[in-house]
Amino acid sequence: MSVLTAPPPSPAAATRPLVECEALSLRYGEHRAFADVSLAVEPRRITAIIGPSGCGKSSFLTCLNRLTDLIPGCRVDGRLRIGEVDVLDPATDVVALRRRVGMIFQKPNPFPLSIHRNLDLPLRQHGMRRRAERDAAIESVLRDVGLWDEVAGRLHKPATSLSGGQQQRLCIARALALKPEVVLLDEPCSALDPISSAVVEDLIVSLKERFTLVIVTHNLAQARRIADRVAFFWMVDGCGRLVESGPCRQVFAAPREELTAAYVRGARG
Amino acid sequence: MAEALSTLEPRRGFGGRRREWPLTAAAWLAALAVTAAFALIVGDLVRHGLGQLSWSFLVEAPASAGRAGGIGPILTSTALILGVCLAVSVPLGVGTAVLLAELTPADGLFARLVRLSLDVLAGVPSIVFGLFGNAFFCVWLGLGFSILAGGLTLACMVLPILIRTSEEGLRAVPREHRLAAAALGMTRARTLVAILLPQATPGLVVGLVLGIGRALAETAALLFTSGYVDRMPGSLLDSGRALSLHVYDLSMNVAGGEPNAYASALVLVASLLAINGAASWLADRFLRRRTTA
Repeated sequence: MSVLTAPPPSPAAATRPLVECEALSLRYGEHRAFADVSLAVEPRRITAIIGPSGCGKSSFLTCLNRLTDLIPGCRVDGRLRIGEVDVLDPATDVVALRRRVGMIFQKPNPFPLSIHRNLDLPLRQHGMRRRAERDAAIESVLRDVGLWDEVAGRLHKPATSLSGGQQQRLCIARALALKPEVVLLDEPCSALDPISSAVVEDLIVSLKERFTLVIVTHNLAQARRIADRVAFFWMVDGCGRLVESGPCRQVFAAPREELTAAYVRGARG
Repeated sequence: MAEALSTLEPRRGFGGRRREWPLTAAAWLAALAVTAAFALIVGDLVRHGLGQLSWSFLVEAPASAGRAGGIGPILTSTALILGVCLAVSVPLGVGTAVLLAELTPADGLFARLVRLSLDVLAGVPSIVFGLFGNAFFCVWLGLGFSILAGGLTLACMVLPILIRTSEEGLRAVPREHRLAAAALGMTRARTLVAILLPQATPGLVVGLVLGIGRALAETAALLFTSGYVDRMPGSLLDSGRALSLHVYDLSMNVAGGEPNAYASALVLVASLLAINGAASWLADRFLRRRTTA
């Protein structure tokens, strides 16, 4: 079964925010990356996080799948819930959490293995034993990202031989293969040329039917094009803060805060 | 266009083209000197040793204290000593490297202490390792003069090099691969086996080649541990003479032993080159197969 034909959520689940954080703060040692962020992410929507460099957008993203665990001296406080899981609880199974919350990075980062093995490895890790089943899942997910026709004949060639845009779509496929609920995208188009960028952007929009997407982007035009909701981060006293969040059109057309208005106008940032 | 470009040519004078030749010449000269030294040694060995080389030299037992006969038992002992050394040092070395590179913070007290002791160990003269090996393996553990004691002593000598190069190899794996694996919910163990260790293979091979080089070349440490009996070893607990020790003995202690010393030295250098070549070739093949599996 294709990941894009997974059963739709129940109506009740569709209305309740899938991701919810309250008073979330993150510090690296003495340095505060962001503080006091409260935000709700609705299911099957694209939530864009915008703001200037260094205001904690990417750091915020890494809290959601506890990738912060890998950073020495990193400390996260506050409350963070995804579905029914208390993400910050030390007892939370991070392997299971990261299966539910996939992540795409700014720079495409396929493993230096074959295209096939890039997808095969995580599937095996998550207990898909039968090879035929894995191969079917790999084909299905490569079709979902529109890569199948481009790579079908060379699945056993190095993934690093693909173009940047293809590599990024492979990374998206790799994340989707695990059938996550939430997909985090950290500036997924910023390292790509304009044409590849457009292809990946279209792919992201097509994913929102089935996945909940949180995307960090520097590209305001992109946020305006694809986002349903927008959260605007800004640096206050050397620490990132959430200034405003709301429906995309409202944030761009009628922002509540003066800072937001200046930023989306291009007057600041 | 051509005129416009010509103005971009480096100007003669200070920092210009004319001033570059001394640097270029010095670099070439240094490289040539190194290559020439190597060629001279190999040339000398080939000139004096090639005449003695034959199949029977490789398989026969030495006779008349090594003046006649071959190096069959010595090759066997050398291979066994090297085998013991690698069987012990590779798993221990890679394991320690994993601990240092993956499981402890790079600037932590523990890692710093281990690294410092490894650097000190790497600089300890081999004769000291020999005395330690004799006291610890031969006497205290009661292994006597044996291939096992020699191999274990060599393992101690090789470990620092092996650990440091493997650790560097692991640290050189880009962080993004670790993040990618973690974000896919891969466990640490699986990431290590499937992604990090294979990527660190070139580093591991460099360590292995350096280690084998040091082990094969070792004379002093083996004199006190594996002994210098030149008969065919019956077991790992038998004494056995290593090839480098044989070269030393023939050239220093046996009058008229030079021709066979040359031939043995030639075999030693040739096997080193062969092992190094084979290791790089295998690693290359392994990596190519992995990226296309």
